[in-house]
Order: sequence, then structure tokens, then C-alpha cells
Amino acid sequence: MAPQDLRYTKDHEWVRVDGDVATIGITDYAAHQLGDIVFVELPDLGRAVTQFGAIGVVESVKAVSDLFAPVGGEVVETNGELVAKPELVNGDPLGEGWMLRVRVDDLGQLDQLLDAAAYEELTKEA
Amino acid sequence: MAQAHETLLATPLADRHAALGAKIVEFAGWLMPLQYSGILEEHRAVRARAGLFDLSHMGELFVEGEEAGSGLAYALVSDPPSLAIGRAHYSMICAPDGGVIDDLIVYRLGLERFLIVANASNAAAVSDALAERLAGCRAVLDDRSLATALVAIQGPLAAEVLAPLTDVALDGLRYYSIAEGHVSGVAALVARTGYTGEDGFEVIVDVSDAVRVWDALLEAGAPRGVVPVGLGARDTLRLEAGMPLYGNELGRDATPYEAGLGRVVKLSAEGDFVGRAALERAQADGPRKRLVGLVVRGRGIARHGYPVFAGERATGVVTSGTLSPTLGEPIAMAYVAPSDAEPGTILAVGIRDQRVPAEVVALPFYRRAK
Repeated sequence: MAPQDLRYTKDHEWVRVDGDVATIGITDYAAHQLGDIVFVELPDLGRAVTQFGAIGVVESVKAVSDLFAPVGGEVVETNGELVAKPELVNGDPLGEGWMLRVRVDDLGQLDQLLDAAAYEELTKEA
Repeated sequence: MAQAHETLLATPLADRHAALGAKIVEFAGWLMPLQYSGILEEHRAVRARAGLFDLSHMGELFVEGEEAGSGLAYALVSDPPSLAIGRAHYSMICAPDGGVIDDLIVYRLGLERFLIVANASNAAAVSDALAERLAGCRAVLDDRSLATALVAIQGPLAAEVLAPLTDVALDGLRYYSIAEGHVSGVAALVARTGYTGEDGFEVIVDVSDAVRVWDALLEAGAPRGVVPVGLGARDTLRLEAGMPLYGNELGRDATPYEAGLGRVVKLSAEGDFVGRAALERAQADGPRKRLVGLVVRGRGIARHGYPVFAGERATGVVTSGTLSPTLGEPIAMAYVAPSDAEPGTILAVGIRDQRVPAEVVALPFYRRAK
């Protein structure tokens, strides 16, 4: 289920690295658990984020959840589409529902993340 | 919150919810459906068509006897003897200090027979308080909360879905009325009440008949787009309709006057009732805070517990908030200082590290077209 080319956090974010830029979002599992997502708050461009630090908020009709950075670095892009269409996160969490891009400080941080098999194991237990 | 060692109660419709793929949560000691297809879809279905709700967790308390009416007039803050047979009103049961133990609906089923529907979270407290307050009255309290199921159908199509299944003449059943009859062949109480801001009915049956009634309503409604609706959409629907939720807008720490529900308290009636002296003082003193509607005029959703500011001054706290599915705007209810409660006042809600402007508006946020 969880794509092999991504890395995952225990908090259900995914990250895809291309060169030194990481694209970040929340997993299909997380989007499903949250239900209808109605609001996404993302960090300002240029902000330095630290690995596993809180960088934003994802709200469903019912609940507020923090978004954590899978990797540390500088925010270089956020998905502006989500302001008007937060439901993209439910519809396509790994694609159009991506949240932000970070220029990664240290690619070694990826070793701290789960691979697809480990992430699937985590969601099975939950 | 139920303790971990407590056994959670399941409604007679638990198998149906599982088959429908509901997400199940613990609520007030019960396992209840939070959502089926999704809160937004269910919410919109109720506004546009109708939705079916399992509310079997709610408390059903029957009071019968020569002094049932006068006993309830003492136990509650409203005046049940003033109800005509077959009519209902919104009421509250208060503590001696005026704090609200629960809000409830009182139905008059007969000259000497009443039904009280209480919130699940407070059903035991209401039952205990009624038993104590009715002691010595020629009236019998019969707590049938676990023996009865409550299925609600709410929305503009509710009447046309229910009508072919019941011998109760729905045309003659006004809002806040109740009749005894049958639904899909089983004995039922049919009330035109609800918690969504739409027309609709609440059907009270024996637990053993619940599946039959649920299946019949869903089968009749499905071709018209009627869907099962969970507690998630129930909350957003009632919030749009400006209806209070016990534990959020109502509790021991707010009087009915502060909640904007002073009309429910019958100080004009003659007899004594529990909480009367305290409520007379509360009315004379004026409210310390007022419940208001807020529409957030910036980015962010106000949620339960968020602080509210008037300029730099803290003025209150959000009691409920969500993104209104109907209006597409973040709405909330909040207690604020009486001087900040006028509609049109611009306040601010503390949302994480920001103060987001919010306008005081008259409740409800949503009113159905008549």
C-alpha cells in the first residue's frame, strides 16, 4: 500500500526526496483517519524547520492535528492550492494533496525515518 | 469519560453500523457511530434530503401518576403541567445553586404521563435527581433508557419517508408534538423534534424493535438519498442551528440566563422548584457572561477552549466551533463578557499563536426555509 520510494514518520507524514529538496505531505492512512479535511496551515516560505518539529496544522471537521517536519531545512514552497481546496488532501494525499517542499539540511536525516514496510507495520498495529 | 474497566454499552443497531462501515467511537459510555461516509457528506444530506440517526444512547425516563405533573414542576425549571397532552417543551434540570444538571425535552403523553429525554452523558444523573425529587410524590419514575431505542430521521424529506411507514398522521403532528402509534408495524412514540435545525422526527421504540424500524426507514429513504448520519455531523448540524450542547455551552458553571435560555425558566409560575431561589438571584443580578455566536473573519477555525479577546482584554472562551459545512465559514459559540456580546462587535479568537478577528452574530447561524 505505502509507496516504496517514500519515507515516513510515526506521525504519518510522508517525504519524497528529489536532489536536496523534500516534498512533504500526510499519508493516505492519516487522511482517512482524520476524515474531511477543511483547513491546512503551513509555514511561511524561508522558514527554517527542524526535523520532527511542528510546522503546521491539519484540521478536519472534528479535530486539529499538528503537522511535523520529517526532515529539517528551509521551506522553499508550499501548496497554495490547499488554501481554497483542503479536500485535495483527502482525495490525493500523495499527489495533489502535497503540503510543502523543504531544502534539506542533511540527507542523513532520512535514516531516522521509516521505510514503506516499517510504516505499513505501524499502521497495521494502530 | 468512562473508565477503562467499565463495559461500554452497544446500541441495538451496532451490527448495522458495522455493516455500514461506520467509524465507531466511545461516547458517554456507549459505542456510537461517529461517521459513515464522512461528516460533510452526511451533514449536507440532512440539509438537502434527510439523514437517519441512531440516538439509542439517550436517556428515556417515564414519569406517571396523579402527581407526575406537579412533581416534575418541582424537579425541573419549566412547567410541564402547562403542556397540552401530546405537546413537548425544552427544559432543564438544575442544581439548587442554579447550575444546569442537564437540558432535556419533556413530552406530555397523557394527563398523568410524561416522557423526559435526557442526554446520554447525564442520563444517570437525571434519573437519580428525579428519583430524589419525586420521592413522596404520587408518581412513578420508570427509567427505560436501556430498554428503549431512539431513531431519528431529520431533514426536508423526513415526513415523506416516514409517512408511509406509520399510522401516525404526520400532517397533524406539529413541531414539538408527540403521538403514540406504530412505525413499520411496531409500537412507537413519534415526536416531531430534533437537534439539526431541520424538520424531522424522533421515533422511540423498544430495543427489540430497533433494527426493524432502522431498516425500514433506511430502505424507504435510500432511493431518495437518505443516508445514515453519525455523531460528527450531528454536532455540526446542531452548531449551525445554534443549539447548545451540554458540556460545551451548558454545565454546572453557567446559568440558563447566561446561555440565553432564560425563557425556559418559569419564575412566573407560582410553585417552588429546585434551583428557584438561585435562579431568581441570577436573573436579578444579570449574567456574568453571555453565550454568543461568532463568525471567524480571518484564516483559522475557532475550537472549544480557545480564548476570546476584546482588543487586548481577555473576554471569554469558545465553547464549540467548526467550519460550517453549509455556510463555508468558521463558526463558533463562545461565552464572552456581557458588554462584548452585541451582534456586530468585532472580537478576536486566539488560534494557536495568532489572534484572528471574529464577529459576534445573532444565533442561529442557519435557519431552514419554512
